[in-house]
Amino acid sequence: MAVKTFTIDGQQFSAQEGETILQVAREHNIPIPTLCFLEGLSEVGACRLCLIQVEGNNKLLPACTTKVEEGMVVHTNTEKLKKYRRMTIALLASEGNHVCAVCVVNNHCELQNLAYEVGLVRVRYPYLFPKKELDATHKRFVIDHNRCVLCTRCVRVCDEVEGAHVWDVAGRGIDCKIVTGLDEPWGDAETCTSCGKCVLVCPTGTLFEKGVTVAEMEKQQDFLKFLVNARKKREWVYEE
Amino acid sequence: MSETITISPVTRIEGHAKITIHLNSSGEVEDARFHVNEFRGFEKFCEGRLVWEMPGITSRICGICPASHFITSAKAGDDILSIGIPETAEKLRRLMTLAQWVQSHALSFFHLSSPDFLLGFDAHPAKRNIFGLLEFDKEFARRGIRLRKFGQEIIEMLGGRRIHVPWAVAGGVRQPLEEIEKNQILSWYPEVKETAKLALDTLKTIHIKFQREIPSFGNFHSLFVGLVGENGALEYYDGNLRIMDSAGNIIADKLDPKKYFNYFGEATESWTYLKFPFYKPLGYPKGFYRVGPLARVNICDFIETPLAEQERKLFKTLAGSSEAVNNSFYYHYARLIELLFAIEKIEELMHDPGILGKHVRAKAEINSLEGVGASEAPRGTLFHHYWVDENGVLKKSNLLIATAQNNIAMNRTVRQIAMQFIERKKITEGILNRIEAGIRCFDPCLSCSTHAMGKMPLEILLIDENNNIIERKLR
Repeated sequence: MAVKTFTIDGQQFSAQEGETILQVAREHNIPIPTLCFLEGLSEVGACRLCLIQVEGNNKLLPACTTKVEEGMVVHTNTEKLKKYRRMTIALLASEGNHVCAVCVVNNHCELQNLAYEVGLVRVRYPYLFPKKELDATHKRFVIDHNRCVLCTRCVRVCDEVEGAHVWDVAGRGIDCKIVTGLDEPWGDAETCTSCGKCVLVCPTGTLFEKGVTVAEMEKQQDFLKFLVNARKKREWVYEE
Repeated sequence: MSETITISPVTRIEGHAKITIHLNSSGEVEDARFHVNEFRGFEKFCEGRLVWEMPGITSRICGICPASHFITSAKAGDDILSIGIPETAEKLRRLMTLAQWVQSHALSFFHLSSPDFLLGFDAHPAKRNIFGLLEFDKEFARRGIRLRKFGQEIIEMLGGRRIHVPWAVAGGVRQPLEEIEKNQILSWYPEVKETAKLALDTLKTIHIKFQREIPSFGNFHSLFVGLVGENGALEYYDGNLRIMDSAGNIIADKLDPKKYFNYFGEATESWTYLKFPFYKPLGYPKGFYRVGPLARVNICDFIETPLAEQERKLFKTLAGSSEAVNNSFYYHYARLIELLFAIEKIEELMHDPGILGKHVRAKAEINSLEGVGASEAPRGTLFHHYWVDENGVLKKSNLLIATAQNNIAMNRTVRQIAMQFIERKKITEGILNRIEAGIRCFDPCLSCSTHAMGKMPLEILLIDENNNIIERKLR
């Protein structure tokens, strides 16, 4: 496989063809904020937080899906990018009902941490206060659509790792939402194995365990790397 | 002829209010009203949330007494789970309630009311506050601040921080108490006990100093309502409801607090967001009642701890020929008796080996679609009532808050003080402050009771018989 040479923020790097800018940046500790990206799941470039600038291209590109190219000149931390990242988090905050003070993942929330990271001090867009629902029909878990940022991690982990594909996305634009099965109550979804992977990968307090209270839910996501590695190495496949 | 005087905000109360004083054609005070003009609406926006989240959400109602809300909310949750909580969890919840009493009562007396008492009702408004008090008597103010700190530190030890602690949960509490924390609490003794006694001694001198004010500071007949223990003792966490009349007769006893809606109705008036609860058998407004320290110390048969019981007996002598103390000024006295009780009781709990148990949380599914929690908040009996679906999602909630239950009594107090002190349509600064101080006897928390934002302006309107505003003061 060909090796590509390029620069990120003025530093020269080389990587295998097919690797993404985000992969290279992570390997070399170059911070690029992400939200929908989670190592072990496919990349969808949906949240637009990992946007980067590539010289010669007037579009901003998501680092998680942009592959390295020979001679590429990449910038990850320009004033323009910082502004757009703040704007993205502000828009996410204004279109949902995110009330950190009473949220189950307060202090353990990726959205909250990102807001701190990008330096969001106020949301200048009017809050939409959409009327969204909470589905507590599952025996062990709850989905609160008020806190959903539509990162689709739950959809991908259920499909790609668990293989159940309970979750999907329905609707368009502002009406877009995560649905169970064919938009039925979670408790009625026969395909759900109650494995809880979706709950653990959810970056916000949207998916949580029933019975937890404010700031009590901490999500351990290490399981995903372990599962994906084991699968890649066929650790559980015994051939005669 | 007409003039507007502005006083803003109303000082040293929790919440947002105004007072209107209505005059008849001869310029005498005909009526006075205490208006609470903010609305917060927790009852509505809790709908659709899970019962497990409710202690965390309702603790946000108030920054002064969040513990009362989350404990009462957790009790309503226990009822919905139909669960008996572990013994240690109950002891810890009791400890939390007492710590809440200490910090809130200390705040009410030292920070909010004692500037009036020590500096005088007519002192300069810029001085009538905790800073003025620090200048006047540094040691007294410092002791008051430290006493409040004692309560706050216990709250922080248990819940990790001082306000809005998401600590009590349906089924128990989140963390046990550690031995080292217990010892830290005990290290505050005897300082805190001495401060409580100092407060009581100071208040007794105030009783002599304010002979002119006291007789008209909400001195009227009403019912008294509160929880008492199974044995008739002063109660703060559990127990049954007792209702006493102004002569000290117990007119209802051992009422199940979970059936509060059978005994109390809520009336509304167009001029305030604060509802008017009343005792149903007597109707509105005749069945109005008082809750809080004055009611609790009046209705209980005894107090379990020795020093507080000694004070309770002295307090009862103020009732004269009656068995109940009817003057609202003595809320302060009752509050300090409770403060002393809370300090003594915390010490007693610290010596209970059961307080250090590690099993503090029971878990269960939804077993009942309706649940009520009741406890004694610093300001009076607090009820949280939730209706849920089979998944634990709130369909409806009703919060009956202590301050609301004192609403009619606060209105009467304002009227009585206005009638006593306003002469010839003239409001002086000192009179205004006396009217405010009447409200402060009840230590109202308007942010709690209306679910209103916690700004604190007080507006006083002087209105003549044709509804013209003669004077308007905003602070």
